[in-house]
Amino acid sequence: MDEPLIFERSRPGVRGAILPELDVPAHGIEALVPEGLRRVKPLGLPEVSEPEVVRHFTNLSVLNHHVDKAIYPLGSCTMKYNPKLNDRLAALPGFAGLHPFTPEGDCQGALELMSALENALAEITGLPAVSLQPAAGAEGELTAMLVARARHADRGEARDEVVIPDSAHGTNPASVRIAGMKAVELKSNPQGRVDLEALRKAVGPRTAAMMLTNPNTLGNFETDIEKIAGIVHGAGGLMYLDGANMNALVGLARPGEMGFDMMHLNLHKTFSTPHGGGGPGAGPIAVREELRPYLPYPVLAEDESGFRFEYVRPKSVGRVHGFFGNFGVLVRALAYIMSLGAPGLSAVSRAAILNANYLLAHLRDAYTLRYPGPCMHEFVLSAARQKKRGVRASDISKRLLDFGVHAPTTYFPLIVEEALMIEPTESEPKASLDRFVEIMRTIAREAEEEPERVTSAPHATPVARPDEARAARQLKLRWTPGDGEGSR
Amino acid sequence: MRFPYVPRGDGEEEAMLAAIGAPDFEALLAPVPEKFRLRAPLNLPGPRSEFEVTRRLTAMAEKNGHTGRRRVFLGAGIYDHIVPAAVDHVSFRSEFYTAYTPYQPEVAQGTLTATFEFQTMMAELTGMDLTNASLYDGATALAEAALLAVSVTKRKGLVVAGPLHPHYLQVLRTFCTGQEIAIAVDPGPDGTVDRAWVRDQLASGPAAVIAQGPNFFGIVEDLSDLFAEARAAGARAIQVFEPHALAIYETPGTMGADLAVGEGISLGTPPSFGGPSLGLFTAREEFVRHVPGRLIGETVDRDGKRAYVMTLQTREQHIRRERATSNICTNQGLLALRAVIYLSLMGPEGMRETAEQCLERAHYAAERLAALDGFRLRYPAPFFHEFVLECPRPAREIVRGCLARGVIPGVNLGRFADLGPEGADRLLLVCATETHAKEDLDALVEAMKEAARG
Amino acid sequence: METPKDLKYTEDHEWVRLDGKTAVVGITDYAQGELGDIVFVELPGTGTEVEQGGVFGTIEAVKTVSDLMSPVSGKVVEVNGSLNDSPEHINKSPYGDGWMLKIEVTDPGELDKLMDADAYTAHVGEGH
Repeated sequence: MDEPLIFERSRPGVRGAILPELDVPAHGIEALVPEGLRRVKPLGLPEVSEPEVVRHFTNLSVLNHHVDKAIYPLGSCTMKYNPKLNDRLAALPGFAGLHPFTPEGDCQGALELMSALENALAEITGLPAVSLQPAAGAEGELTAMLVARARHADRGEARDEVVIPDSAHGTNPASVRIAGMKAVELKSNPQGRVDLEALRKAVGPRTAAMMLTNPNTLGNFETDIEKIAGIVHGAGGLMYLDGANMNALVGLARPGEMGFDMMHLNLHKTFSTPHGGGGPGAGPIAVREELRPYLPYPVLAEDESGFRFEYVRPKSVGRVHGFFGNFGVLVRALAYIMSLGAPGLSAVSRAAILNANYLLAHLRDAYTLRYPGPCMHEFVLSAARQKKRGVRASDISKRLLDFGVHAPTTYFPLIVEEALMIEPTESEPKASLDRFVEIMRTIAREAEEEPERVTSAPHATPVARPDEARAARQLKLRWTPGDGEGSR
Repeated sequence: MRFPYVPRGDGEEEAMLAAIGAPDFEALLAPVPEKFRLRAPLNLPGPRSEFEVTRRLTAMAEKNGHTGRRRVFLGAGIYDHIVPAAVDHVSFRSEFYTAYTPYQPEVAQGTLTATFEFQTMMAELTGMDLTNASLYDGATALAEAALLAVSVTKRKGLVVAGPLHPHYLQVLRTFCTGQEIAIAVDPGPDGTVDRAWVRDQLASGPAAVIAQGPNFFGIVEDLSDLFAEARAAGARAIQVFEPHALAIYETPGTMGADLAVGEGISLGTPPSFGGPSLGLFTAREEFVRHVPGRLIGETVDRDGKRAYVMTLQTREQHIRRERATSNICTNQGLLALRAVIYLSLMGPEGMRETAEQCLERAHYAAERLAALDGFRLRYPAPFFHEFVLECPRPAREIVRGCLARGVIPGVNLGRFADLGPEGADRLLLVCATETHAKEDLDALVEAMKEAARG
Repeated sequence: METPKDLKYTEDHEWVRLDGKTAVVGITDYAQGELGDIVFVELPGTGTEVEQGGVFGTIEAVKTVSDLMSPVSGKVVEVNGSLNDSPEHINKSPYGDGWMLKIEVTDPGELDKLMDADAYTAHVGEGH
């Protein structure tokens, strides 16, 4: 990589931002900061000018793949187009310049927006009680698990087990542990779906909940969802939906009508808010009416004088965020929902499902499909056949980068060998899908005829096959003055 | 009907279905039982054009008393600072904000390098060994630090020393529910750490001692002795810091903290009604394998070129699942990018100057306010950019009176039920930063004077 | 794939060699190949009691982490400290420099429950 680090551009005396003059009488730092409290170590930030800062980060930016450039078919991430309108609206001074401690009477617009979003998400999910506070899907999961725990405790029931399929995302069992409960792993059946018999054996008086992704991480709808919910409810547990795959269901079906009691949504997946290189997202939860008392505080309420927050919520699980959640992300999500409306959201899931099936139909012969049948918005291929030629899913990912597209998710779910999880989303035009098919077929052919070409990929990226073992063995998590520049 | 963001042309759906070999779209829905499929459309606003959505949301925005329409002197964890134009310009580049988590490092060196620079700058700012790539916010960062301390010490108690932000304490309690961790809270009658009380608590062997500095009331203390005592008792020392303060005050690293966490939204992002925010998490080297969140490390690629990658991923949920150090996946990456751009533009001089201006402006305001009839500073201790002002009338009425004059004078401490200080309902937490010109500060004083009169 | 004849093996791919009353323990060549570049090993301290089949530590490669199971019961008397700085010994020399623990064995008879080299080779061949 050729762009130096910002520290390597620094030299003494250069200024970036210039501040306004101090126009109040100054006492001086010696008078206002007792000696023992003053910072002694110099502040090792770079000294660079604005033109250099802009140039540096601009040069870094072009090293990234991004969805505004080309397809980014990461399964379960829903890399759809991020509407630019939404960013403009989130940046309005009335939203961006608003302090969270503004008196309620003076921020009615923000509360109105949150209320509108809560109502929309309740309608979309079929679960009426919504909290917008969780800052990401994983936090939504944790919040919901705490809700389940609180609800059972309220009824005097000691339930500390949560049933989770072996195909689940890693955040599921991790969230369960933080909530103080135990994850009980359920092996999927040979069709990759919930094994009803195994489920019957796994539930009991200690079952607090089942966490299910539907459609599952293979992109298949759990057709037996009613039976599944019946078994879990019969044992006294709650049904939780990991809503990561909601892009297949918006405007098509409502989780609240399928037997789910709680769910989280990923606004940065289904509802188009930008991924930002890793975040921010938002993970609101929606629950059944009877679970409303357990939601985080404060909760929004409305009466004739307007909107206000209620802080006194004796059964609430507590706060999960310092303030109201990722408000700027909420603005974007509401704008998206308003732009599309109900028919638009139905068109989204429709196009997402059709696009995925189109890719599946064209790639299933070149790769291996473990679980046949139509998929929903995503599907999982296996590179098992290619592995026999020495080409693994990781090699295929690297080779895809040479063609200017991003790789799909690899090695997840864990139940498929050499997994390639592909989710195009509804924002890919047909030409982009056709191109992706072409590229994947080319790579499959290369794996057959000249596997070296794939295993030695990538060839056309700024860096190639960084040594991750070295990064872990010789930890270097920051630049230090005196570091040499460039390669070693 | 046509919808935005769904690029479907005439005849395309039919062509695609034909290519799949499906008679119609419904054939693809075979696994979804009929009874679940929506028969009636959802009751939602829209679809609306960009123009109409803009009108509606702008109307909502204009009902809010933002910093452009009011003189706002609110702090309490979210501080309004100057945001240079270049921060928006660069962070809104598609390459940064429509990119994903850098799982394929070869096509993510932009994000990875900027994050490595962010980790470096935060380590510099705090004097700590290492920083992660962000958590959700200051409050959850504190919760994660506390859980880390519990995990490494195998002890179950926490001690909160001195005034801690009430929302942070509430989030901490929520995260401690799962493991039933007990939290002892300093009664702190003087607005500072009650050292004798803490000493008593240390006897019961807590996992960590947590101190916010500058604390919730804006007061700055030397925490070195407190941290040393905590560590001598086998507890971990956790500081909640404020990034701008670190330009002129002593760092957590120098004061001996094991873990230091804070809210970074003030580094290049406006108040945003509290989010998206930026959880800062820093630690001593020895905790690296226990740290939550992503870590970016430097390495070389197969041609010997310097390259950056996510490292020690085995800590994280996608690999370690139930035994992961945290459940966090999506973080606040874009806000970390904004912070590194901001800190690059500020540089050491800009940060020092910003902090000094906050200090001077807040003290100017405090002096003039304390000189008004019936007002006084509640605590004599040194403060950074916010202070607690005792008012002659209930703070709620003062706020109402000021608002009528276009001023939001501070946070009414009476709103925090268990906060503690006697007569909290007459206390205002007032903050001033480099964004407040002398005329703003004088207008604050005038408004308070009028509001006090009734 | 190397499978020395003088060692005993577990189903989870640990090996053990008995030297008098002390057992030397590590992971097999097959295991290190499957894991890839080892970056970290978490081992117990000396004096720790271990049980046959019980977890005594973890081993990490870049993208995986696995539990390490003890082939025998007893007390840990020595730990290979060189693995802290050089975990790659496990990849390069899994039966030599890559050894992990020395255990004072409570019951040498326990080794009879383990597989010999041929049985282990067959076990791996079946795709375990």
